[in-house]
Amino acid sequence: MPFIPHTSDDVQAMLAAIGADSIEDLFDEIPAHLKAGALAGLPEGLSEMEVTALMASRARQDAGVLCFLGAGAYEHHIPAAVWEIATRGEYYTAYTPYQAEASQGTLQTIYEFQTLMARLTGMDASNASVYDGASGLAEAVLMALRANRKSKSGRVLMPEAVNPRYRQTVTAICENQNVELVSVPFDAAAGTTAVTALSGYAGEDFAALVIAQPNFFGGLEDVDALTDWAHAQGMLVIALVNPTALALLTPPGEWGEKGADIVVGEAQPLGIPLSSGGPYCGFMCCKQQHIRQMPGRIIGRTVDLEGKPGFTLTLQAREQHIRRSKATSNICTNQGLAMTAATIYLSLLGPEGLEAVAAHSHANTQTLVARLGAIDGVSVAFTDATFHEAVLRLPKPASEVLPQLAERGIIGGYDLGLDFPSLADCVLVCATETRTADDIDLYATVLAEVLA
Amino acid sequence: MSTQADNTLIFELSRPGRRAAAQAPRALPAERLSAIPAALRRKQRPALPEVSELQVVRHYTNLSTRNFAIDKQFYPLGSCTMKYNPRGANRAAMLPGFLGRHPLAPESHSQGYLACMFELQEFLKEVTGMQGVSLTPMAGAQGEFAGVAMIRAYHEARNDDARTEILIPEAAHGTNPATAVMCGYKVREVPVNKDGDVDLAALKAACGPQTAGLMMTNPSTCGVFERQIDGIAKAVHEAGGLLYYDGANLNAILGKVRPGDMGFDVIHMNLHKTFATPHGGGGPGAGPVGVSERLKPFLPTPIVGRDDDGRYRWLDQNDLPQSIGHLSAFMGNAGVLLRAYFYARVLGREGMIRVGEYSTLAANYLLKRLEAIGCTPAYPERRASHEFILTFAKEAKTLGVSAMDIAKRLLDYNQHAPTTYFPLLVPECFLIEPTETETKEALDEFVAAMESILAEARDNPELLKGAPYSQPVRRLDDVKAARELDLVWSKL
Repeated sequence: MPFIPHTSDDVQAMLAAIGADSIEDLFDEIPAHLKAGALAGLPEGLSEMEVTALMASRARQDAGVLCFLGAGAYEHHIPAAVWEIATRGEYYTAYTPYQAEASQGTLQTIYEFQTLMARLTGMDASNASVYDGASGLAEAVLMALRANRKSKSGRVLMPEAVNPRYRQTVTAICENQNVELVSVPFDAAAGTTAVTALSGYAGEDFAALVIAQPNFFGGLEDVDALTDWAHAQGMLVIALVNPTALALLTPPGEWGEKGADIVVGEAQPLGIPLSSGGPYCGFMCCKQQHIRQMPGRIIGRTVDLEGKPGFTLTLQAREQHIRRSKATSNICTNQGLAMTAATIYLSLLGPEGLEAVAAHSHANTQTLVARLGAIDGVSVAFTDATFHEAVLRLPKPASEVLPQLAERGIIGGYDLGLDFPSLADCVLVCATETRTADDIDLYATVLAEVLA
Repeated sequence: MSTQADNTLIFELSRPGRRAAAQAPRALPAERLSAIPAALRRKQRPALPEVSELQVVRHYTNLSTRNFAIDKQFYPLGSCTMKYNPRGANRAAMLPGFLGRHPLAPESHSQGYLACMFELQEFLKEVTGMQGVSLTPMAGAQGEFAGVAMIRAYHEARNDDARTEILIPEAAHGTNPATAVMCGYKVREVPVNKDGDVDLAALKAACGPQTAGLMMTNPSTCGVFERQIDGIAKAVHEAGGLLYYDGANLNAILGKVRPGDMGFDVIHMNLHKTFATPHGGGGPGAGPVGVSERLKPFLPTPIVGRDDDGRYRWLDQNDLPQSIGHLSAFMGNAGVLLRAYFYARVLGREGMIRVGEYSTLAANYLLKRLEAIGCTPAYPERRASHEFILTFAKEAKTLGVSAMDIAKRLLDYNQHAPTTYFPLLVPECFLIEPTETETKEALDEFVAAMESILAEARDNPELLKGAPYSQPVRRLDDVKAARELDLVWSKL
């Protein structure tokens, strides 16, 4: 019996202790007509060897492509030590640290994660992570509505240059709570959000402005001006950032005069594999004054009854298991294992290593854009500077070109026409430090062939 | 002597200029970054630790050992289903083809992954008796959110806008009321009677045109099967409400009873419980949702579909225009879903039926043994489901020893403590869930530990109040932690 250890002698002894004749007797409180039938739709069980072989053949089916796709998930080199340690049974098979004394490993790891994220973002505090960046942005919007007590409108300014999948997720999670997301268009030439695009909203009541740095197009926003404008209007600033980029870019805590109020993002680039979109790891940081509005687990350092330092879950009065219907969120887990991986990754890379990853990703994308942009009919769509993604305009619809590239083993980028009708001939491309000069050459050659 | 004292932080190991040089690409000349405007550049490098690879490996390896874990200890945490997490599932989910697949890769290069997900959807439908499944919710609480959001979308699609309340039995998990509020509903709690069943008369009185639905688990959080489920379903349905099944306790009935057959319209499943994926120190989980026919149009996207030619493809907003939408950037916790797929394939039909049977056997055995050594069941007249409740109200009153004291002392016996003080309606309680994967010997060791602790409680209650003694730290000052917040290491 897979994973069930009981011998027939065990079963007999256990039934005897219970005073039951059979296992079936233990279900005698369940009305007979509710008992399940034969479950004919389920297959017979297989051995570990058989299932492994089946899954290995399926995994091979999907492997072996050259990927220039980012759009919210980024391939970076993951040091071997990261997952060898994260999947140790002591991390892998522990649960939420309810018994703090027997969970100091997980708790200290979270405390270190909180510290790393606070330092990377330039903020005062961090939580223990949330499901992913997109749902994290939804939690940040709800948090801003609680934290901005002067605002009564339930409205938040959401630029169109924010990842459309994130915007959809925010809508799905927030729409039943009387939250209104008001779109801000991007500048069609620059590919970023201009402060002038916001001026029409001056004097109106919004709880917060979302600023993505870099934005979905890879573009670098004028974060100082946007932040100062929002603060002057009495709005909070929610920063949505890429953690790799923060090795090079101004941390949100230093944006404008006063810095961002809430910071969220996706920690996937920090040692977490692409893995079809999850498990990833949303991070969430804030200024100290907003900490009691933060959702999710938070770990604090304290002392035991001998005065020795230790770590424990804290500020639990915000959470669902205490506050029930008055909680800050229904969230109970974090992304423990992925968070552990991100913590180990950042410790291994250190400040110089992370900066080198960011620099190579930026430089490779610059090279890619220069090579592809030199092909007849291909041009760079936007004028503003970018981090490690950029938009190219093609002479044909992206929905025609990308499948032809895929047939030749290249995933050429993201079809922006899926979300932006005006960008139907545009593709969002990315080349991290994992793409070599040969990879980029190959893409340029194949794209030229496809467009010829 | 270890190179690392207890509680040393990775930041304290840092020395300027020390690097794990093999891990990162070589530094680039500054001119390669000239395209980034200087005004947007960081003025100072972030204060990440500067440590060697060996220091990192040793630090986190040592930290990991300061945890209890299923791989090390019996972990009978009620309502959490801490069963064995098969290593084979981990290896399969970490195959390079799966790890390297970009979430937005074209369907032409995703058929292997999509085939696994399509089959998992079908398995979950069959084992729960539901008509449609979406795998996207990333945890149980997000599955709950999806479920209640679908209930709301269903009523709204029928222009039935007067429904403002969700009914919840008072023993429910805290996520239930928190979720209802996130979906814009008011919560009305329904009392539970002395045998652990819902007070049906009170429920009927609470049902009305304002009722959007009822959220409940069965077996309930009282560790017993709700015998009046037919009557409950009828009362809620007759009022026009829908029934939501919180799958927290699905392990108790897997293969034995199907939520769809009990009349539930929408359910979520915790794959990190019932399908043996790891809890990872607090996640990631996976909380797929299943629905009856009438809720299928509202399922969260994307879902995997199969065309007539056998090709798999994503079903998204275009296919399901009434969907409640996307709950994550991509398609939930794919790696967790792959582990659950592995588990489901290894178990197969017979294996899944055995899960419900043997988890129930283990719980009933452990209950009888603990009762025999003097523990007090909360519901002595009832069968245990896959879990059961003990109350130490008597010990608290006569010996001054709380459930928390007993829980902390269990750690000294190398046993993880059960869930304490939940459900809230039973005073000084343990919620104990042994799971089907523990040997009889492991259960007997737990009984022996409890017997010894109860003797200590009678002879020397102070001993328990000071526990634990064997862990990296003694009992921690939670009040200080909340009053003098120290959430990040502030020294450089």
